[in-house]
Amino acid sequence: MERENILVIENVSKAFPGVQALDNVQLKVGKGTVHALMGENGAGKSTLMKVLLGIYRPDSGTITFKGEKLEVQNIHQALQSGISMIHQELTNVPYMTVAENVYLGREPLYKSGLVKMKEMENNTRELLERLEIKINPRAKMKDLSIANMQMVEIAKAISFNADLIIMDEPTSAITDKEVEHLFKIIRGLKATGVSIIYITHKMDEVFKIADDVTVFRDGKFVGTEASANMTKDKLIEMMVGRELKNVFFKQPAEIGDVILSVKGLSREGEFENVSFDLRKGEILGISGLMGAGRTEVMECLFGITKATSGEIYINGKQVKIKSPRDSIKHKMALLTEDRKLTGCFLVLPVRDNMVMASINDYAKGFLLDKRGINRTCENEKGKLDIKTPSMDQRIKFLSGGNQQKVLISRWLLTHPDILILDEPTRGIDVGAKAEIHKLMSGLAAQGKAIIMISSELPEIMGMSDRILVMSEGKQIGILDREEATQEKIMKYATGMVN
Amino acid sequence: MDVNKSVQENKALGAQAQKKYKDLAMNIIRKYGIFLIFIAMCIVLSMLSPSFLKIRNLTIVVRQISIIAIVAMGVTMVIITGGIDLASGSVIALVSVMTAKFAHPNTYPVFVPVLVGLAIGSFTGMISGTIVAKGKIPPFIATLGMMTAARGAALLISDGKPIGDFSKEFEYIGGGHFLNVPVPILILIGVIILTHILLSSTKFGKYIYAIGGNENAAVVSGVNVDKVKIMLFTYAGLLSALASIIMTSRISSGQPGAGQGFELDAIASAVIGGTSLNGGIGTIPGTIVGALIIGVLNNGFDLLGINPYWQPIVKGAIIVGAVLLDERKNRSK
Repeated sequence: MERENILVIENVSKAFPGVQALDNVQLKVGKGTVHALMGENGAGKSTLMKVLLGIYRPDSGTITFKGEKLEVQNIHQALQSGISMIHQELTNVPYMTVAENVYLGREPLYKSGLVKMKEMENNTRELLERLEIKINPRAKMKDLSIANMQMVEIAKAISFNADLIIMDEPTSAITDKEVEHLFKIIRGLKATGVSIIYITHKMDEVFKIADDVTVFRDGKFVGTEASANMTKDKLIEMMVGRELKNVFFKQPAEIGDVILSVKGLSREGEFENVSFDLRKGEILGISGLMGAGRTEVMECLFGITKATSGEIYINGKQVKIKSPRDSIKHKMALLTEDRKLTGCFLVLPVRDNMVMASINDYAKGFLLDKRGINRTCENEKGKLDIKTPSMDQRIKFLSGGNQQKVLISRWLLTHPDILILDEPTRGIDVGAKAEIHKLMSGLAAQGKAIIMISSELPEIMGMSDRILVMSEGKQIGILDREEATQEKIMKYATGMVN
Repeated sequence: MDVNKSVQENKALGAQAQKKYKDLAMNIIRKYGIFLIFIAMCIVLSMLSPSFLKIRNLTIVVRQISIIAIVAMGVTMVIITGGIDLASGSVIALVSVMTAKFAHPNTYPVFVPVLVGLAIGSFTGMISGTIVAKGKIPPFIATLGMMTAARGAALLISDGKPIGDFSKEFEYIGGGHFLNVPVPILILIGVIILTHILLSSTKFGKYIYAIGGNENAAVVSGVNVDKVKIMLFTYAGLLSALASIIMTSRISSGQPGAGQGFELDAIASAVIGGTSLNGGIGTIPGTIVGALIIGVLNNGFDLLGINPYWQPIVKGAIIVGAVLLDERKNRSK
């Protein structure tokens, strides 16, 4: 029996500088069905959705929607042709009412140009009542709970009367009760012939709500199956199974004493009960899907945020870390995840970027020892092979890989014993990536202890001695290098542990 | 054939050299743009008016700008952190009347009014800085509050009336000469050297750039951001106080209405001199050139006898023009 497809995506490719984000992918969504889309971080799910909404233009391939070729340039046109989307991040305007948010950008107007407030409110009330969502349309968005904000987003996406609704991890911010409510709404939509693309990391949801499931990996289409024919193990097998190539393996290093001990570290609303030991010469990999709380744990450990509870021991002694200054004093270093947001001083010269964390070494008197600074910088430039025309160059004009090397130098110059590297090779080219892996391996051999967060399984498996896996703010387990397989890590990361 | 080839090579070399010179010229313009504009202004003025380049006239220009330039150096540092200081004009008024109270002849030695003034200026800065750092309030609001309150305090303390009658020693600060150079100019030079070194060659200076360049990254790198901000606003207040003491001495009167609009002239000097309101970019020499441009402009209009109402119009155009120039410079690397 040939079913009717509302959306057919064929052979779509999209490249960004240095990355093939989508490589000949396909996706067929049946009318009135829920189609789950799964894959690791960076599998290409979001990119494909952005192509659908007209935010990106595909390099090649065809998209057929409702039997016609889809050609949209922006979200507005996508909405008009019948595609709406619930974004993962909340996109509301906090100081406007629920009704104003639902009608944002398409307010009904009187001839005079004034907005028909009553009509907006009444329509919104009807919409919410129909969906059995108990929220006052006149309430200010900022006064709602996060879960209710998400429900408003869902209602808004439905209010466009779209034929296809894309839901990007709609349950990441809501409780089980609301998830049930959402599923009821989805079943209602299905019954009226609306199709849904449901992006999620949560296995259970796929089996509960989806008719079909498609898996992407590294920008490539892996397969589509009816979820009735699918098992969890099969799904994981499809999601992982990356080739292990272009990966530098950590060289054997002598594993020494425990240098850092974290016990029951928790921060309300972000993560709970994280405990681990870190030894000299060891690389501890931290794995997990997006939103698992990995970065939050490290920011808390480094003193950027405050822990709600938990204890930290360095060399066996309990320490209180209230700010990054305390961490630096305790010989810790944190290479942050977002180079632009928390790493680089973009408009400042490479030199200043390099020495900012260790500047006390050059400030013995009133004046800075500029010659010493220059000597150190030139030295680091040579050691890490940093490509910059001069030390006066603003760091924003360097490539991502070279920026990352400068930031690594910044931390090496503080002579840390414990290095926390959050996605140290994200967004940098293969060559620089290999150099950074080699550098990490060398540091471990010198007896430094390293914690590495990475979303790339091959990197995690190649570089780590042990792997701590997190899922939804919880520490699921720590795997030894020998017992870790991609399947096992993914099982942990999706919270599938028996 | 060979000849042709060598001619072609020569041409290519010539073109290369030409390109090299062009690049060099562009680099110089980019790097010293505002300074070149200043030189050009001076050349044009000296051709139009023979009295412009006379030492006496130049001395007048520098003495006129000395007060704004001293204020502007503090403001520049605040702007480099990504902040703004609106309070400097009112702090000048408050310091002016407080200093005047202690500067009467046969009362206190001259260092008393000077120290009182500097202490009050620093204190106002410390309050603004603490509100900004600890209260997490935008500098615009914190210093707007200080601007309003300090003006009120100046009026309250002086009962709205000027305070005059100063000791000879006190009047020497703004009106005296040392080795034939007016004292305000010597103070200005001293402050320029000190502040330039502070900003370019000390840890404190690097931290100022770091906070403006990326406050989050500064925190992660272990910079005590709050402390640096408080110290910085305190220093800016100190410089406002110094400017106020010079001015009070020079006009022989503590004026509760003094310094009106100075904060904006100081910001203008910084901005013309290449300081970016986005933070992270700016230098003391740049700001001094910015102040000089405003000073030379005023002086030129006087010398040429142009209707003085034109001055603010041209000044406005220069402020916007300078920022446009910087925008393009920063975008094209």
